[in-house]
Amino acid sequence: MEIKREKVGGSGEATGDFRIRQLRARDLLRGDLDGPDLERHVEERVLATTLERALNWARSNALFPATFGLACCAIEQISLVTSRYDVARFGAEVFRASPRQADMLILSGRVSIKMAPVVRRIYDQMLEPKWVIAMGACSSSTGVFNNYALVAADKFMPVDVHVPGCPPRPEALIHGILKLQHKIQGHPDLGWRSRYHAEGTEELPHPNVVLAPPAAGEPS
Amino acid sequence: MPDPTGLELIANELRERRPDSIAGTLHHRGIATLVVDPGHVLGVLTWLRDDPLQRYGFLASLHACDYLPHEPRFGVHYELLNMDRVERIHVKALLGDPGASELPAIDSCVELFPTADFQEREAFDMFGIEFRGHPDLRRILMPEEYEGWPQRRDFPLGGEPVLFTHNEHQMPRWYE
Repeated sequence: MEIKREKVGGSGEATGDFRIRQLRARDLLRGDLDGPDLERHVEERVLATTLERALNWARSNALFPATFGLACCAIEQISLVTSRYDVARFGAEVFRASPRQADMLILSGRVSIKMAPVVRRIYDQMLEPKWVIAMGACSSSTGVFNNYALVAADKFMPVDVHVPGCPPRPEALIHGILKLQHKIQGHPDLGWRSRYHAEGTEELPHPNVVLAPPAAGEPS
Repeated sequence: MPDPTGLELIANELRERRPDSIAGTLHHRGIATLVVDPGHVLGVLTWLRDDPLQRYGFLASLHACDYLPHEPRFGVHYELLNMDRVERIHVKALLGDPGASELPAIDSCVELFPTADFQEREAFDMFGIEFRGHPDLRRILMPEEYEGWPQRRDFPLGGEPVLFTHNEHQMPRWYE
């Protein structure tokens, strides 16, 4: 296989060589840059955005999870910070020991009805803005422990992302964290049907189900 | 483990000391079981603990069972261990179902074995068996305001109904 080496950013006048840009920046600082050169420099270097979007970008890339493990999923959650998975790549590696310093609560395991008030209190102690990931089948739907003792997380607290699996692999949880980052940045991911343009492929519902037309703007 | 002969000797000695205390013996898969009348369970446990030839001084486990189709319905099991000879003996007391309004009751053995405190609370929590004389008989695992005895066989499994395609019409638009 032939390996082609190219300079990052391509070559030519459009992006410019790194050395040229360096010299141009020096000229700018000296006040020697003017005319079309100055225009181009500003176009390349300045990014205009709203404060809200910049804030959300910063928030989504510094998600501090609370150090909080409920059950077996916690083992997978712990391995997130190991060098093999290295969630520091996504800025979520700082597991805070206090919920008051955390942005994100990962419900890693089953929540019993006796534990639910405790989880809710930890969630209430977290400062706004705060997000919750329900990890695994148990915290989303009580999973295989569907009995008198457990309660699904949706019953007592708002959940932003559900990660399926029993338990989910660390990669799946990282995927959930990335979904949460998208959500924080104002791009909630639509369902797979809208991503793959597969509207209208739903299974036929039972004849007793009455389907209402979807509201305007609602993802089908 | 006492062998079947040893178990019969223990049972006969107990029958001599306390008539009507032993309802039967069972030696199954290497486990020696004394079936005891519930009214005599404290006496039997005391004798097994203190008799110089027995010395079953450690209560390894106390647990309850629900044998619903059978009568008597409930069983309280005491697993005793002699630490010197590493011998175990199983004591089982069978309790009838007194009806929905009251609980089956048996004497508490916390005075004999302090470890029975939490285990009797757990048996009370899960099966609703009342231990007379227990110092603090409260629920231990379930919330205090919980109603019902969840490990009984006639207790519904509970939880969320799981929707499949064959029953999704029972909850219209569940996917929203």
